[in-house]
Amino acid sequence: MSVLQVRDLTIALPPGGDRAEAVSRVSFEVNPGEIVCLVGESGSGKSVIAHAVMGLLPHALAVTGGEALLQGEDTLRATPGRLRELRAARMSMIFQEPMTALNPVMTCGAQIDEVLRFHTGVSPEARRTRILDMLKEVALPDPERIMASYPHQLSGGQRQRIMIAMALVLEPALLIADEPTTALDVTTQAQILSLVIDLQKKHGTGVLFITHDFGVVAEIAHRVAVLRLGELVELGARDEVLKRPRHDYTKMLIASVPALKPHGRPVPADAPVVLETRRLSKTYADRHWFARHREVRAAADVSLEIRRGQTLGIVGESGSGKSTVARCIVRLVDPSSGEIRVHGEDIAARSHRELRPLRRRVQIVFQDPYRSLNPRRTVGEAIMEGPLNYGVPRAQALERARRLMALVRMDPGALDRYPHQFSGGQRQRICIARALALEPELLIADEAVSALDVSVQAQVLALLEEIRVRLDLAMLFITHDLRVAAQVCDHIAVMQRGAVVEYGPAERVFLDPQHEYTRALFAAAPGRGFAFGSA
Amino acid sequence: MKLESLSVEAAAIVPREGAWRRARRNWSVRLGGGVLALLVAIAIAAPWLGTVDPSLFDAASRDLRPGMSGEIMTLEGATVQHVFLMGSDSFGRDIYSRVLYGTRVSLLVGVCAAALALAFGVVLGLVAGYLRWLDGMLMRVMDGLMAIPAILIAIALVAMWRGSLATVIVAIAIPEIPRVTRLVRSLVLTIREEPYVEAAIALGTPTRKVMFAHILPNTLAPLLVQGTFICASAILLEAILSFLGVGLPPDIPTWGNIMAEGRVQFVEYPHNIFFPGVFLAAAVLAVNILGDGLRDTLDPRMARRV
Repeated sequence: MSVLQVRDLTIALPPGGDRAEAVSRVSFEVNPGEIVCLVGESGSGKSVIAHAVMGLLPHALAVTGGEALLQGEDTLRATPGRLRELRAARMSMIFQEPMTALNPVMTCGAQIDEVLRFHTGVSPEARRTRILDMLKEVALPDPERIMASYPHQLSGGQRQRIMIAMALVLEPALLIADEPTTALDVTTQAQILSLVIDLQKKHGTGVLFITHDFGVVAEIAHRVAVLRLGELVELGARDEVLKRPRHDYTKMLIASVPALKPHGRPVPADAPVVLETRRLSKTYADRHWFARHREVRAAADVSLEIRRGQTLGIVGESGSGKSTVARCIVRLVDPSSGEIRVHGEDIAARSHRELRPLRRRVQIVFQDPYRSLNPRRTVGEAIMEGPLNYGVPRAQALERARRLMALVRMDPGALDRYPHQFSGGQRQRICIARALALEPELLIADEAVSALDVSVQAQVLALLEEIRVRLDLAMLFITHDLRVAAQVCDHIAVMQRGAVVEYGPAERVFLDPQHEYTRALFAAAPGRGFAFGSA
Repeated sequence: MKLESLSVEAAAIVPREGAWRRARRNWSVRLGGGVLALLVAIAIAAPWLGTVDPSLFDAASRDLRPGMSGEIMTLEGATVQHVFLMGSDSFGRDIYSRVLYGTRVSLLVGVCAAALALAFGVVLGLVAGYLRWLDGMLMRVMDGLMAIPAILIAIALVAMWRGSLATVIVAIAIPEIPRVTRLVRSLVLTIREEPYVEAAIALGTPTRKVMFAHILPNTLAPLLVQGTFICASAILLEAILSFLGVGLPPDIPTWGNIMAEGRVQFVEYPHNIFFPGVFLAAAVLAVNILGDGLRDTLDPRMARRV
């Protein structure tokens, strides 16, 4: 018998939404010992399905039809009391952000113990042994210490292991994993994925794994279900779906995943140098009156060079200092030492007043399209702000804004609308237009496509590439995603703990990585066995 | 947890309607706003609501019960018949007229004190939140101000300046300034880290414009809510000052003054305190309910902070 059988599941959205149903007549099943990946872009309803099965839907969303049979028992119609008995014992869930899913004021041991205490009548000593076994099983070092630790004392990967330990401690038949590795670094993600596979094999757990990342799908899935706007468009074995997708939407999604190999464009080598950093460093010092001074080197001796028409990529995991470098170059952060030369002029130590005429040469696009635009100013005001700051007459600035909107493939008539009326991808286009309004020579993209769905990401990447060629821009591309870096970068700098550990042409870095850390990064990239993006 | 992002996702699918439209559908806003509108109408229309000049008195009509009729002498010296709807006080003044005219003073004090406290608080908060080098000094001064009870500052200031409408308003507004400053500063500290502010800096926007065009507009919703709460407490504080006899001079009809004069006769003639008390309670309650409703609709995230 299958562990979970979802039949014709339909969940209504509150009236006034852009569609009537969050999920429409979705059917699939999860068998014992099987990992089923639920894939889809944001708004596809994949998380809604998971929460419905667990009985965790917000009140605004109501199940209007269908059933979800957990070993034959319908969880959609179970009483709250019955659901409490089922959760953890027969089905459990792990979440995207383990920091918020764990209680910050309870030790990890106490939180796992709570599960055992509620569901079993075992003695405290037996519970303790079970917890220690479980912590060993999820490969946490020093289980005794971890048991007594609070969530904030552990790393993101360790916290997710605690979540997994808590979810599997009662050996449930079904594990629902809702984007459990999205918030983690790529090397940690690889470890967590292999842990999930190991444990699931060992215990024969059925896993419903929700993700937006086809790399992860390729890594972990037995079967794949593709969702689009609440409808199941394709369901099949992993290799079947990834290699021979039948539905157009699946084909489009898979084609949007960038290939993990360098693009191989010729690179103009003798173009003038637009930006050069020499031994750029940023040290954050924690000054306390009473405590000892603590220093964090966010960036240490970073020396980079970008020529006109070239794209330099900085790749690295969170905390590697890649964003600090970008923010130093834009002078949103004041560097502690080193030089930043824009066309040979050092701007590292300039005061903000002296800096002003030079600001227009370097512009930046940020990661989060929802926070990058002031919600209370129209798109037109946002794009015209730069030119107006530098004394361009209003009529001329407006004309420039219209041209830029057309350049980023948006309707120039939309200039008097507010940011909330646009989607994430559209907003990112607006941010690009705003950055281009000052006609910069260097455009910095700080994880500019990381928050976007894969199909939108492909469009924005294509747009950036087109603009770079057309305006002959130099680009600094900061990303944690090796696939994206491979697609756009001519040169790559790999950063780890504030320092550049490998720096060279993209071809060389990708095909013949020298540094151990670079190799580890490539080895951890999910789905490298599949040739994505070649379709 | 993921649930939050779930409901955010659901909210993103539902079209965003104007905050003002949502506010107008909110029952707290309707009730509070309705009562307040009624009080404003009463304040404006006081001369045409069957009142006489609130300073008129007549020895023949002292201590009348509500609803009794008596005579009162006008400024020209003529004696006219008048129905004392809310009775009269021990000077023979018409409580009804005094309470209605008192509405003017109370609302004026509430609105002006709130506006004044907001204006100063916003500027100081912006400066403290955005110019880090001034922050420490400025906030320590504010901490010092907050350490003194508001009523004590108000009493001291009025005593220093002689009670008039302007001095009472200023005296009530000053103790509120540190609270507004703190609120604005904390808002500025979060907003200044937003990418759109950084983008503006990267675009070469001058500091003054970053503060007033980018940061300030995004603090307005919580400020409006805070403003209503200041307004309510200012109305109350003015009544307290008048009641204690350290506010406006007793010849100006305010709810606090009327109650102060009625205090000695409270047991025999409770109407002297009852009617202004009802108006005071209604006004303060209405402003607070309005503020609650505005907070829930304009600024749900701040709901627990203010």
